[in-house]
Amino acid sequence: MINEYLNIIFLDVLKIMLLLVPVLIAVAMIVWVDRRVWGLVQLRRGPNVVGPFGLLQTAADALKYIFKEIIIPAGANKVIFILAPVVTMSLALLAWAVIPFGENIYVANINVGILYLFAVSSLGVYGIIMAGWASNSKYPFLGALRSAAQMVSYEVSIGFIIVTVLLCVGSLNLIDIVVAQKKVWFAIPLFPMFVIFFISALAETNRPPFDLPEAEAELVAGYQTEYSGMMYALFWLGEYANILLMCAMGSILFLGGWLPPADIFPLNAIPSPLWLVLKILLLFVAFALIKAIVPRYRYDQLMRLGWKVFLPVSLVWVILVSGFLVYFKMLPVN
Amino acid sequence: MLFDFLRDYATILIFLFISIGLGFAFIIVNFLFSPSNPDPEKLSAYECGFEAFDDARMKFDVRFYLVAILFIIFDLEVAFLFPWAVSLGNIGLLGFWSMMFFLFILTVGFIYEWKKGALDWE
Repeated sequence: MINEYLNIIFLDVLKIMLLLVPVLIAVAMIVWVDRRVWGLVQLRRGPNVVGPFGLLQTAADALKYIFKEIIIPAGANKVIFILAPVVTMSLALLAWAVIPFGENIYVANINVGILYLFAVSSLGVYGIIMAGWASNSKYPFLGALRSAAQMVSYEVSIGFIIVTVLLCVGSLNLIDIVVAQKKVWFAIPLFPMFVIFFISALAETNRPPFDLPEAEAELVAGYQTEYSGMMYALFWLGEYANILLMCAMGSILFLGGWLPPADIFPLNAIPSPLWLVLKILLLFVAFALIKAIVPRYRYDQLMRLGWKVFLPVSLVWVILVSGFLVYFKMLPVN
Repeated sequence: MLFDFLRDYATILIFLFISIGLGFAFIIVNFLFSPSNPDPEKLSAYECGFEAFDDARMKFDVRFYLVAILFIIFDLEVAFLFPWAVSLGNIGLLGFWSMMFFLFILTVGFIYEWKKGALDWE
């Protein structure tokens, strides 16, 4: 009996490691991609010294962080101060547990997959609020407030967008959501929702042009101001893992997850995880390009966009999509 | 097995422990390899070279609070919509119109907030 349980746990740990290690490597690579794209847009080279094409730059950075002094401000709440980066990073990684890379390739297949993703990505706010409050310093405090308000505002429209997709699928399971896109990717019939999702994802992950929580000119580094060494690196790891997660969510909800664009020979010969990775990469390059070419928003513009444009538009789309599906009796019945 | 339907949640629980452990492991490695020479200036809160004046736990704009309240209302609504969206094919027209009525009430509230200026950040 106990042997059986140990066996199961061992297998689980193995599965989790098979997911976690590539995700961590992907985060390192994606930071490199980000900096390279940024450099190319500005006619610079970007990191190109450490390793071939500078690929090992992130590894070198991580190594550097290990040898940096940890500074915990005298006025800080020490326990919460140390917990905050751990919470941010582990939540960002935890969400990856349910991402399916193929019909049978996943770590956990739960029947409320999308609800779980939504919940875990919402919890990300806690890491930021904890960091900002525990630092007991003004810039982190203001940065955390801004960041929390921003993430929370855009989460509402992301919620509505997920509902429009669910109306077309009739299931909360991520694998069902992808399989439902065999005929046509949801990015085509729900194109406006895809655009709003993409922009909301930028805001949700505090990416430029919505990087107000750490707008250098105003708030130094936002909620990360007092952090140093590995704890700072954990924030940055969590942030990029979250960005990748948002790209994965976008490809699963709208770009057909692991499905090839068309079920014809040279395309369907490529293994399914590779398709998902390609789609995530495509979305991420779009993220990186936007970082390089779009100027930063003002805070009032950001809140107006979230509450006065995206929220009403996505609400109307929920009503339109549901009305359309009910009227033409195209709803999925289970 | 007894709890077959909980099998995948057990995996997620193990995943949670591993990722928290990973986070702490990174910090512990950092603690082991890094120098530590604290001094009062270094440990004071960062404030553009000034001596920190005033407490950092200060008053802040009430609009952040307002945003939090609005978020709770709309996020609850989204939580309401999730099961409705999944089962809309089975609950027919009655289910559809009930939700439309609920959304109508909510929209009235939303327009009121808008007109009151709760969404303005000047």
